[in-house]
Amino acid sequence: MPLTTPFHSRLEEINQTGIWRHWSGYLVAPQYQYSLSNEYYSVRNSVSLLDTSPLFKYSFTGIDAKVLLERILLRDIGHCEVGKAHYTCWCDDRGFVLQDGVVMQVNSGEFWLTAAEPTLRYFRGVAKEMGLSEVIIEDVSSDFGILSLQGPQAYNVIRELTGVSGTLSYFDVVQTEIVGCSVTVSRTGYTGDLGYEIWIRPDDAMRVWDALIGAGEDFNITPIGTTALKMVRVEAGLLLMGTDFYTSRFAWVDSQRETPHELGWGWMLKGLENDGRDFIGRGAVEKELEMGRSRWKTVGLTVDWQEYEFTYTEAGILPPHHEVYSESTMSIYRRGSKDWDYAGYASSFLVSSLLKKPIAIAKLPVDLTAIGSEVNLEIPVIREPKNVLARVSKMPFFNPPRKTESLGEMGAHE
Amino acid sequence: MNRSESYDVIVVGGGHNGLVNAAYLAKSGLKTIVLERRYLVGGAAITEELIPGFKFTTFSYAISLLRPEIVQELDLVKHGFMVLPMVNTFQPGYHGEHLILGSDPDVNYHEIARHSIEDAEAAQDLDHLISRMARAIKPWMDRIPPNRLSSDPVEVNALNELKVYLEDLDPEVLDLIEKCTTCSIAEILEGYFETDLIKAMYASSGIIGSRCGPRDRESGLVWLFHKLGEYDGLPGSWGFHKGGNGGFTQALARSVEDFGGKVRTNAGVDKVLYEDGKVSGVLLQDGSILKANVVVSALDPRQTFTRLVEPGDLPKDLVDCIENLKFQGTAAKVNFALSSIPTFPGLEGREEIYKGFTNIGPSIDYLQEAFEDCENGKFSRRPFLDCCIQSTIDPEMSPPGNHIMSCFVMYAPYHLKQSDWKSERENLADTVESTLTEFFPGFSDLVLHREIVTPQDIEEIVGLSEGNIFAGELFKSQLFLDRPAPGWNQYRTPIEGYYQCGSGTHPGGCVSGGPGRLAAQQILSDKGL
Repeated sequence: MPLTTPFHSRLEEINQTGIWRHWSGYLVAPQYQYSLSNEYYSVRNSVSLLDTSPLFKYSFTGIDAKVLLERILLRDIGHCEVGKAHYTCWCDDRGFVLQDGVVMQVNSGEFWLTAAEPTLRYFRGVAKEMGLSEVIIEDVSSDFGILSLQGPQAYNVIRELTGVSGTLSYFDVVQTEIVGCSVTVSRTGYTGDLGYEIWIRPDDAMRVWDALIGAGEDFNITPIGTTALKMVRVEAGLLLMGTDFYTSRFAWVDSQRETPHELGWGWMLKGLENDGRDFIGRGAVEKELEMGRSRWKTVGLTVDWQEYEFTYTEAGILPPHHEVYSESTMSIYRRGSKDWDYAGYASSFLVSSLLKKPIAIAKLPVDLTAIGSEVNLEIPVIREPKNVLARVSKMPFFNPPRKTESLGEMGAHE
Repeated sequence: MNRSESYDVIVVGGGHNGLVNAAYLAKSGLKTIVLERRYLVGGAAITEELIPGFKFTTFSYAISLLRPEIVQELDLVKHGFMVLPMVNTFQPGYHGEHLILGSDPDVNYHEIARHSIEDAEAAQDLDHLISRMARAIKPWMDRIPPNRLSSDPVEVNALNELKVYLEDLDPEVLDLIEKCTTCSIAEILEGYFETDLIKAMYASSGIIGSRCGPRDRESGLVWLFHKLGEYDGLPGSWGFHKGGNGGFTQALARSVEDFGGKVRTNAGVDKVLYEDGKVSGVLLQDGSILKANVVVSALDPRQTFTRLVEPGDLPKDLVDCIENLKFQGTAAKVNFALSSIPTFPGLEGREEIYKGFTNIGPSIDYLQEAFEDCENGKFSRRPFLDCCIQSTIDPEMSPPGNHIMSCFVMYAPYHLKQSDWKSERENLADTVESTLTEFFPGFSDLVLHREIVTPQDIEEIVGLSEGNIFAGELFKSQLFLDRPAPGWNQYRTPIEGYYQCGSGTHPGGCVSGGPGRLAAQQILSDKGL
């Protein structure tokens, strides 16, 4: 039997569809309501509540914690002060990405990290190799449930329950209470919108869930499943491990592996020239940059709306728009005299109802990655492969000011 | 006298079609201004905060027929365009009987099957056929229709093309189109359903905003028209714009300005100015003059041809035709600020049932009787109501905990026999309230405030003649090749440089933007742009 998260009894009550799937061995709902769109839009229109408890969670304490994380993580942990969080990744020694996750310094010298896959043994191994004795690394995955509260009204909900919302800036973390339960709240999320993630002790899970639902009632709070989350994260330009890239750990050949640069995470290396950090993979990452050895880049693609419409209409069928999200690989070709001239692929595809455009996250050879570059994306039309024009575009596709804005006591009004 | 301002294009009327038209023209580089008589643009697509925290969609309240091309071409998402899904359609019946149709087709099948297994299957067939029909008609919604009186080879060819297109249509689709143009919606549905509640739910689209009952043959075409829209690519579905339909027109206004156009409110136009059959500008109600070689009227045909210009200056057959147009508004609105959500017996606590349309009109007979009152010059004693509690979808529409309910009311004839709207408006609202209370016990206790909009109010406030919400009935004689008049269905008028782009032109009413877009195409092509 799969495990259940600390919120499961509530989730079971609200899951109208009766459909469950597995996420890291836990039961989760892909969607709770018959209307996936309603869940999807709650993230952009009101406020959504998502259970992300199946994430792996690790804690690092002791004076060597920071030393270890500096060695492992791509971003400089020195800048992750108490009360701050970082979205980061870590690589193997050949500079290939192992995982991505959010690290935060919750108390002085105490760090928490989320990961999509198990990595305790690996971290302990690095610590041992480095001879670090003053660091305790623990798997705290089942010590916390995590709820993600995302959407323009998230601020109003969190404000009703805690006193800290006004001061919580983007990627800030704070320890506080919700209905008397100790919680850790970060202004983070996987939606590209205004939002918070809340770490909750399992014993408090029901109380906090009920409090959030209660406080959100007037703001149209909507529990959402994993499908709506995956849809909105494409708009936010956020990569999904297992879909947009794979961990180097289980790769067979290097073509399955990707570097931070290839994934578009070069920004995590800001200031690299001026620091002497010795993180795992640094040599390879630097060499890649120096020699221009990136094999491809991860970019946003926007499909030409007119061509998309025409391609289906010409075949006599309706262009698919409603709730179209796909994680199947779609081939991309160069436009030119040669037909089917393979160039790369899209790993996530969404017909964005919000943006009214089909969009994709794609891997393309570097020469095709300038904004505005034109390529052909292969789509099946009545089972026949057809090409539609798509253009490289800025990611994130959707990036509202409220995501990062400081919110005063006046509220989250745009 | 002040030196008058001059523009390439003046659009008279800041309704959604006027704004769409102006945005396209501004986008093409023309110096464009929209003149709106009221303090805000939007025409009948506005949202007003009449009491603090409660946002009223005073007139139009949902979106479906909007041409998706407009959203793309005017880059509306950038300006705040956001249409939220309507999750359910709720059709209450008597004695707790009801239908709730939602987003899962299989669940809907079983919901209808509670009433009739065969009806459930018939609904699948009909829905699919409606989608195919809508797709078949779409190309003709989105192009300038042929002029059937012209002998120009281009027009003759276009008419021929239409003929061939129809001949080549899937026979099933063609059959439904033919039925819709010749039969009442009640007759059409007779061929599909046995259950009255289901027939009534489908039939309501056949009477919306029109002076016809479900057993009148005009209702077939009115029904077809309302099925031509989509939500998020789903044919026939409706959505709700963030912030109400006023949110949509505000986004349009931003688009106009973003393309370099101007939007001026409190600028009512008295007359369109022309000399020797050529337009030269407009005279505002404040006496000032704006000059332009192109003036576009976004008002309805009666205003376009008989108020803004001198009808005596126009061909007599055209003026006759315009004077014979049927407006005869029959719809009213009563919008409510509610202290909390209404309760339907047996569905207590099910707030999600209101996330969409709630249709009060449980049988064909109910709808027909409502119409008969109208034929007798009275508003319906038991009206058909199309309600929408928008705050269940968009929390920003009402203060936390409270709700806002838009309530479309039929029938409410523009001309009342033996009374007038001044004396009847409160009675109308009372009737609506008591009708709602019949289905939702205790409804009246929830009412904090009500906004009453009679057909006369629609005429006075929005400027739509006789309060017809489509700027002219959606009847066969007033659509497509004949909208608003044969020979004048291509957005031009007999005065050179004077154009029309309101809902009174093809493709017609509803928040579609089609007239504004197609008129812009015509203007640009006439200018050689």
